[in-house]
Amino acid sequence: MSTPAIELKNITKTFGSITANKNVCLTVNSGEILSLLGENGSGKTTLMNMISGIYFPDAGQIFIDGKEAVIRSPKDAFDYKIGMIHQHFKLVDIFTAAENVVLGLKEDGKYNIKEVEKKVAEISSRYGFEISPSKKIYEMSVSEKQTVEIIKVLYRGANILILDEPTAVLTPQETQKLFAVLRKMKEDGKAIVIITHKLHEVLDISDRVSVLRKGEYIGTLNTAETNEAELTEMMVGKKISLDINRSEPENCVDRLKVESLNCIDSDGVKVLSDISFTARGGEILGVAGIAGSGQKELLEAIAGLQKYDSGSIIYSDPKSGKDVNLKNKSPYQIKELGVRLSFVPEDRLGMGLVGNMDITDNMMLRSYRKGRGAFLKRNAPRELAKTIVKDLEVVTPSINTPIRRLSGGNVQKVLVGREISLSPSVLMTAYAVRGLDINSSYLIYNLLNSQKEKGVAVIFVGEDLDVLIDLCDKIMVLSSGAVTGIVDAKTTTKEELGRLMTKNSKGGADSEQ
Amino acid sequence: MLFTIAQFIKAAIIQGIPLLFGSTGEIITEKSGNLNLGIPGIMYVGGISGIIGGYLYEHGNENPVPILCILISLACSLFGSALMSLIYAFLTQTLKANQNVTGLALTTFGIGLGNFFGGSLLKFFNESGSISLINTGLAYKKTLPFAAKLGLFGDTFLSFGFLAYLAVIIAIIASLFLNRTRTGLNLRAIGENPATADAAGINITRYKYISTLVGGMIAGLGGLYFVMDYTAGAWTNNGFGDRGWLAIAIVIFALWKPKSAIWSSFIFGGLYIICVYIPGLSSAAKEIIKMLPYLVTILVLIFISAKKKKEHQPPASLGLSYFREDR
Amino acid sequence: MNSNSVKKTHEPLFHIAKRNGMVWWKAWLIRGISVIISLLVCAVIIVSLTHQNPLEVYGAMIKGSFGTSRKFWAMLQNLAILLCISLAVTPAFKMKFWNLGAEGQVLFGGLCSMVLMFMVGDRIPNILLILAMLVASILGGIIWGLLPALFKAKWGTNESLFTLMMNYIAIQLVSFAIMVWVPSGSSVMGLVNSNTRAGWLPDLFGQKYLINILIVAVLTVVMFVYLRYSKHGYELSVVGESENTARYIGIDVKKVIIRTMILSGAICGLSGFLLVAGTNHTISKELAGGNGFTAIMVSWLAKFNPVMMVLTSLIVVFLQRGAGEIATKFNLNTSLADILTGIIIFFIIGCEFFINYKIMRTNSGKEGK
Repeated sequence: MSTPAIELKNITKTFGSITANKNVCLTVNSGEILSLLGENGSGKTTLMNMISGIYFPDAGQIFIDGKEAVIRSPKDAFDYKIGMIHQHFKLVDIFTAAENVVLGLKEDGKYNIKEVEKKVAEISSRYGFEISPSKKIYEMSVSEKQTVEIIKVLYRGANILILDEPTAVLTPQETQKLFAVLRKMKEDGKAIVIITHKLHEVLDISDRVSVLRKGEYIGTLNTAETNEAELTEMMVGKKISLDINRSEPENCVDRLKVESLNCIDSDGVKVLSDISFTARGGEILGVAGIAGSGQKELLEAIAGLQKYDSGSIIYSDPKSGKDVNLKNKSPYQIKELGVRLSFVPEDRLGMGLVGNMDITDNMMLRSYRKGRGAFLKRNAPRELAKTIVKDLEVVTPSINTPIRRLSGGNVQKVLVGREISLSPSVLMTAYAVRGLDINSSYLIYNLLNSQKEKGVAVIFVGEDLDVLIDLCDKIMVLSSGAVTGIVDAKTTTKEELGRLMTKNSKGGADSEQ
Repeated sequence: MLFTIAQFIKAAIIQGIPLLFGSTGEIITEKSGNLNLGIPGIMYVGGISGIIGGYLYEHGNENPVPILCILISLACSLFGSALMSLIYAFLTQTLKANQNVTGLALTTFGIGLGNFFGGSLLKFFNESGSISLINTGLAYKKTLPFAAKLGLFGDTFLSFGFLAYLAVIIAIIASLFLNRTRTGLNLRAIGENPATADAAGINITRYKYISTLVGGMIAGLGGLYFVMDYTAGAWTNNGFGDRGWLAIAIVIFALWKPKSAIWSSFIFGGLYIICVYIPGLSSAAKEIIKMLPYLVTILVLIFISAKKKKEHQPPASLGLSYFREDR
Repeated sequence: MNSNSVKKTHEPLFHIAKRNGMVWWKAWLIRGISVIISLLVCAVIIVSLTHQNPLEVYGAMIKGSFGTSRKFWAMLQNLAILLCISLAVTPAFKMKFWNLGAEGQVLFGGLCSMVLMFMVGDRIPNILLILAMLVASILGGIIWGLLPALFKAKWGTNESLFTLMMNYIAIQLVSFAIMVWVPSGSSVMGLVNSNTRAGWLPDLFGQKYLINILIVAVLTVVMFVYLRYSKHGYELSVVGESENTARYIGIDVKKVIIRTMILSGAICGLSGFLLVAGTNHTISKELAGGNGFTAIMVSWLAKFNPVMMVLTSLIVVFLQRGAGEIATKFNLNTSLADILTGIIIFFIIGCEFFINYKIMRTNSGKEGK
């Protein structure tokens, strides 16, 4: 075998106390497509970012074409002919495709956009892209934008292409087109790494597949010699028992009924399609799914922050027993209707809390309207702040400290504490333990369990399948904005969840494989 | 009648030139994402630095050479504006200060500098009276030799000092620079999306510094034109008035395009003095007419925000400071 | 694009990082030091201009502000007006609404007062006239502030440029009014109703400006309470900090923008009233005298805290009056004050960097965020 295009030896990268990659080894050859497979947080993107110059490894070596390489910036990566297409495009909206392609380049000769456009057209016809070089980015579809990103790295002469979840934003037809392009590049002798968690795509496109799990390298297989079941097992691993006390659900009643919810975002992408489920009081409903499968939009739609096109959300009032329709109500209107809905959003400091305010004032976010008169009453929130700091063991100099100065776990305790203090009948949490240490995580699990025992309908959006299985009563799995299954947490397995999560509901092509 | 119209056009151009310098400079600055509200102050400083330079040369000399009059005052003017812009760039880029507050403080400071030296310069040299640089003024006002021979046409379009033509040339060069060069493309990218530009390997800080400096120096020439050509080497405190703010208004009116700034400046120049040329206007009505440039700017502003056409928007990151780790 | 030409990247020796917050006294120490440095710089400039002992110069400045009872009251009056306008712009800025139009809002408010003062004059009882003027001024300020806010809420129209332009429309309206009212075309309006004193705020305890000062003093406390203890004040802080959080807790962001600009405009209008009825008894384009812009800096420097604004506006007014005093004494131009103000503000806004960021030595080999 010839020298590999990329060879990684014992790459380790840590962020604070979190190890993103640990002793990872990997090889990619010219003229092949390698899939890098793993769950969220398994360190795939971090690893690739070290090849493309965004991060620098703490330890380990990178060899490009057999020679050791030091890659400290994206520019260094370009010089090694490495190009990465990130999930979030880096394009200037009001520029044309060609202008974006040459941005920042120091080429010799006179700048002539017509020449660039010609060259872009050449690259396009060579690989079969359909794109007009003079089209402005803001007029483009998501897949066209992605094409521009790919052309951008090809124009810079990249021989090694890394694509970070390129199909996440594409329709099945667009995905097939992209794959055709990738195959042509492979024939052209380029080395291609595609980060993904969709198993059928792995089987469809790649020659070899490497699997990461929790930052560690698990193994590499030839695609032709493996199958979905084997890959799933490598990806999710054996189940670890977490020892979360799960009580039997009692006196469950239907609390929140979501029916055929459809939602299209401002880019025209369908983010929720035909979602139906019921959250019951006294139960924890887990929501599993690859990041960006519609979890955020679903929760925000229920909270009144996201407009939806069709479908209904019905809340059944525990006091009156009456049904309340939440369709396109604002958060304030929902509150005025007497709906006791608490929401711990994913973006804690950007949505749930105000970083520059102290704990007391953050407590007030939910309660400041209480009481007559134009003035705030800080006594109750101050008491609440003290209680939460004491009960949840929030580490803070005082309750007058701006919360942006607290650590992530303490911020989350403040937020969860406040939301629970509203004595909700529905409690929604998004990635409630992300970035938290073990102790804080267990504190949150216990809080959620005690809410459940009080008869609250808890919706728990999570990413760790072990946690979902041990904490929740039912697990709803989302994939590409659609429900691919609602399973009983006591009987399900990680493999089953993994399969449901990676099932592409849009094309349906996967089910045959 | 024709004569009056020709007179009006000429006057409009004369009024438009300082505005054109100011707006071209501000466009270049704003394209990098810096909303420099210090431009009015910088223009004052551009004017007074030129005056100081000219004064120092003219008053130490029995027979001042016209070309030296021009070169010395021009160099001083550019130097003064560059220093002012440097204050802005240092505070907003290096020290990440708020752009609006810095800009306003710079304007206060600049107008103060202009009026202070304008009012006190002679006293430092124990002279009295008001500043009047006859030789330098004459040198700046020198027109094309054949302009006078071309009758009305020559008088209307060709009878200006060299700075007037320079203003138009700079605007055209700025337009070519922004649209036809690699550096211009990179600069525009910074104003639109600094994170993307950063990822593409463009040195944001350097670009922002240079564009702010160059933009400020161009704007300062507007102040120089006003004191040297328009008022022929004389300084009156607050004489430059609110033209700096008008230049900022033109940037909006011209939709951030230096080429459009050329005709926009002449239109605004015309609106600025049209009241003089409309016969039978009462002095009160004149004041209402003078409102037009601002009113028009507001209408344009509303129009572009309502239409939301991407090309007509201000640079997307205008007024925001960029810090890589904020991503 | 040659693969062999991989250059070693140059690493800067230092890099900066955001601070996680600073103890309050350290922050104020840094601000204090920067003020002292800026005063030293000012001293150098003044000394080089006047060739006097700097202590004497600052002595003269203090005398200029506090020297005589008349000067002291005049300074308090200046302070009151600047503070009043600073209070006006504060709620808007706290909401991150860049109202650069205080100048115009004050002017238009003043004009509304003057219309009544001039046209209705002594045909109605003075107390009624004054009340009508007060209402008219406040309404005028509201209109001037509300227009940009409406468009901001509706279409996101850039408010800083909009409000800036509104200033000049107000200026032209005032020029227009003066041209109409002063037939001689001299474009200067003398004292209005100087015989009857109709529409003049009365002297209090023999002090002409006392009413102004008291009104602003009360307003300062009210604004402090409004921002810190009222539900409205809380809402506008949340909107300013994070629109997403505001939406999350059900705040109608547009409503808050409009409501806050009504308040901001109203207080600007009040300042106009105080200037016309309580101070100048005439009107000119220079009614606000740049205070609309200075107020922005005063408010910013005080971190939007009304009580701190008393201090920051005092610094500015002291500088302006003191520098004016020196300028007169040494026969220099009074714009010296603007130069000194500018320098001090540069230092104070510059020093915020050292409060918000820290400079660290780059450790080679350790990278990332």
